[in-house]
Amino acid sequence: MLELTDVSIQYGSFTAVENINIHVGKGELVVLLGSNGAGKSSTFNTISGLQKPSAGTIVFEDRPIQGAGPDKIVRSGIVQCAEDRKLFPQMTVKENLVMGGYVHRRKRKQVNQSLQDVFELFPILQEKKDQPAGSLSGGQQQMLAIGRALMAQPKLLLLDEPSIGLAPLIVEQMFEVIQKINQDGTTVLLAEQNAFAALKIADRGYVFESGSVVVEGTAEELLANDTVRKAYIGA
Amino acid sequence: MVSLLKNRGWIIGFIAAGVLFPFVLPNAYFLHILTLAFIWMIAVYGLNLLAGYTGYLSLAHAGFFAVGAYGLGLLTVKTGMNYWLALILACLITSAVGLVVGLVALRTREHFFAIYTLCVGYIIYLIIDKWDSLTGGVRGLIGIPEPSNIGPISFQTPISQYYLIFAFLLFTILVMYRIVHSLTGRTFIAIRNSEDLARTLGISTMKNKLMVFVLSAFFAGLAGALYASFIRFIGPDIGYITIIFDLLTYLLVGGIGTLAGPIVGTFLIVALSQSLQFLQDYRMLIFGPLLTLLIIFYPRGIAGAYHDWRLKRKSAQRTRPQKEQEYFETEESEKQVKEG
Repeated sequence: MLELTDVSIQYGSFTAVENINIHVGKGELVVLLGSNGAGKSSTFNTISGLQKPSAGTIVFEDRPIQGAGPDKIVRSGIVQCAEDRKLFPQMTVKENLVMGGYVHRRKRKQVNQSLQDVFELFPILQEKKDQPAGSLSGGQQQMLAIGRALMAQPKLLLLDEPSIGLAPLIVEQMFEVIQKINQDGTTVLLAEQNAFAALKIADRGYVFESGSVVVEGTAEELLANDTVRKAYIGA
Repeated sequence: MVSLLKNRGWIIGFIAAGVLFPFVLPNAYFLHILTLAFIWMIAVYGLNLLAGYTGYLSLAHAGFFAVGAYGLGLLTVKTGMNYWLALILACLITSAVGLVVGLVALRTREHFFAIYTLCVGYIIYLIIDKWDSLTGGVRGLIGIPEPSNIGPISFQTPISQYYLIFAFLLFTILVMYRIVHSLTGRTFIAIRNSEDLARTLGISTMKNKLMVFVLSAFFAGLAGALYASFIRFIGPDIGYITIIFDLLTYLLVGGIGTLAGPIVGTFLIVALSQSLQFLQDYRMLIFGPLLTLLIIFYPRGIAGAYHDWRLKRKSAQRTRPQKEQEYFETEESEKQVKEG
């Protein structure tokens, strides 16, 4: 479904990501592991079109998308849920969600349907739908950010560190929800530092280290891999 | 819809005040000042959509104002065109100029955008000032006709012109209200919030920014054209940078990024500077510190401060009954514990 071949990303003369190869099959839940600055977010921004790769090709559903504008990429079905739970704080919860359905804005019925689906997935958002997004707690804001991404009805959802800064109990719920989104038919590419929790729900994973992929394999393989265990799980 | 009902009192009050003013205070001088203030308000609304809602501080709007004014002036004086046709054309010409400027300017951001548009505004002023054969240069353009009759309605008297410009102001406010309370308006706010975030939602930011820029220029041009036919004489001064700083002051004092801001700020500053006329240019000694204090303590102006105050009061009301309820609930459960 998504195929990154020999992709490199540069910021000026600094190479953030070098020659990575990643592929994501339809219906899979794939996780990118790695510490801060390993290149996960750069990879995400490049897939979603915010950043242009300096080399390599990105193919989504048999069409090359590297270098296309982010709005075109969203319309083709790749939606990124940005790091840091970026919301529109003055807008209400509902307005934030409707904003997420921007690419489908002419199909009112569809937008309303997705809104209902999101409310079903996150009942708390329905309860708070008329409150400004800035007034929500951290966990609720993350739910809203994911819900907003789902409003665009992605075929492939890019989730950038959804567990960052959340209480352990909320993190667990968050991963359950991500698994549910995946089981409902959305392919998910997840970037995480919380390797253990992520690998429990993932099909496959890639481990990033200073801009390149050092290990890849199925979730079981990675969980059993000694270097991965030492570096990210601590056991 | 809810906000429309909530604001209905204010809107009706404003319309009533505008309609009744000439009867309550039949003073030619006040009428003239207020009509001019209405014209500025239209331009400030245009600026507000771009600078307030979309986050792009344009300093070219005095230039656009002048383009609208000279567009109408030249079309009516030099070609003898019908006033209303010239008015529409003047607005369209300004929009077209806005489109060309926007295509380049919107590739820059923040202070670069401000500096770039400042230069554009100054270049427009220079063109008007130096192109003697077309614009009349420093001598200006005299003899611009007043609005021609629509059927039996004529616009020869100051009162009728006052109502005409008031109607244009109401039209502007209506358009702004509709834009701001639609998905389009929220798209602009999204761009102001974070352009990258807006892009990840699939918003084509360039297209939207260009649309705001052109719309914003359109209203500046409309204000300029109305100014030309109201004052009936225009000189290059109306495109000079002092005008854009006046507009900005109106917007900042009233409240940038609010719907009521342009009215409140323009009215207040115009009224204040008229009543302090005896101080001549020393007025600025009062305005300067006032403006600084306002920006430090109320960065969203008077309308923004009022809005925040209401929000605070509302949330205070919301939490109080909730606490009472919780109190009752605990009391009840204690009772149940005793009974059980």
